[in-house]
Amino acid sequence: MTRPPALPSAARAIVRGDRRALARAISAVENGDPSADAVLRALYPRTGSIPVVGLTGPLGVGKSSLLSLLVAHLRAEHRTVGIVAVDPSSPFSGGSVLGDRIRFDRAPEDDGVFFRSMASRGAAGGIAVTTREAVRLLEAAGFDLVLVETVGSGQVDVSIRDVATTRVVVLVPHLGDEVQTLKAGLFEIADVFCVNKSDLPGAERAERDLSELAALGPARDGWRPTVVRTSSVTPSGIPELWRAIEAHETFLDEAHVRADAERTRLAREIVERARDRLSADLVVRLGKDPALRSLLDRVAARSLDPRSAADRLVADLLRGR
Amino acid sequence: MARKAKTTPIRVLIAKPGLDGHDRGAKVVARALRDAGMEVIYAGLRQTPEEIVRAAVEEDVDLIGLSILSGAHMALFPRVLRLLKSERGSKIPVFAGGIIPDEDARRLKRLGIRAIFGPGTSLDEIVRTATQLARGPA
Repeated sequence: MTRPPALPSAARAIVRGDRRALARAISAVENGDPSADAVLRALYPRTGSIPVVGLTGPLGVGKSSLLSLLVAHLRAEHRTVGIVAVDPSSPFSGGSVLGDRIRFDRAPEDDGVFFRSMASRGAAGGIAVTTREAVRLLEAAGFDLVLVETVGSGQVDVSIRDVATTRVVVLVPHLGDEVQTLKAGLFEIADVFCVNKSDLPGAERAERDLSELAALGPARDGWRPTVVRTSSVTPSGIPELWRAIEAHETFLDEAHVRADAERTRLAREIVERARDRLSADLVVRLGKDPALRSLLDRVAARSLDPRSAADRLVADLLRGR
Repeated sequence: MARKAKTTPIRVLIAKPGLDGHDRGAKVVARALRDAGMEVIYAGLRQTPEEIVRAAVEEDVDLIGLSILSGAHMALFPRVLRLLKSERGSKIPVFAGGIIPDEDARRLKRLGIRAIFGPGTSLDEIVRTATQLARGPA
């Protein structure tokens, strides 16, 4: 019998529940610090088996307040929760204001919750490139589930599907008519629709439109999105929201689709990583390629168009010239 | 000693301990630090020292900024410093802003608050000092 290799000390500290070690490892991952590689590699076998719940939706729909109430509900059920809340980085200064903690209430001294804010650092799609690795670190630290709150999302910010086992799309009344719900993107990734701020008028209508949307097309992998109504003000609907999430998690197991869904996510992750590595290397090589100069001359003189020039560069490269 | 390489953003926690609700100053500073390229974890109003230190640990910040206008700074700031020390995180520098009489400011600096900004301090000075505290002297 082969024994698993010894964990690096940082990884051991994380598994032991050392919160500072966990926090530092997340920073190392975010910063692309080489020390993170060994930790991630060592902890990877311990990951992939807990629910990862994504909360996404446009800005201002109440994701953070909802998250706070959901965590309180989960803590009352004695579940431990890791949280990654992503907010946008400025495309101008690179800075950001990460404000999701403001809405977060919790009992002091509660070690059953770990809240980490993350800046998107240039990634499009609603999460940071390193969000899924931060989620793995939280799982290795022993949390029962992880909640990920995305940047306030636009219509096509669907990266949360690469991270979450259950995707909750949070909306509010009066976001538009039912044709909006037919549009491509965000509405296609929901496992659960949450109509938040349901204390406002129009909530029934929004719920009806979403239910009709869910009933329209074929079920995705055998699942039709459910719709729940919540309010952070009254507050109401939080246990129902959790039951809807749990129902989807149960479905993943009972329909034997959890492993397939995970494989799909992992395949995308590997290809993306490879693409990022390749493109970084290639951009450097192409920039130095003497062929670029002569092609550029012709493109500048309008005797060749940029697409054709790019095609030739790539063709040369793939021939291993 | 510079804790961070120049290429990674500085992470700073901005929090208001105590019970006053005047968060305009904290927001102005948060925005200025953001515009200087920092990642500002804005914890907001009415934070207990325990909550502040917990947030600093979880967020792995390089720096903590406390804003206070209630007059309770002599009770709350030393408690933040004490808790940081017990978290083995005492190396995180803490700066402060608000209405703090000179004599109190001197005492707080002796206790370990690294910089104190009164009304009228320029944002440039705050950003410069915050950067130095996080990265060490240039």
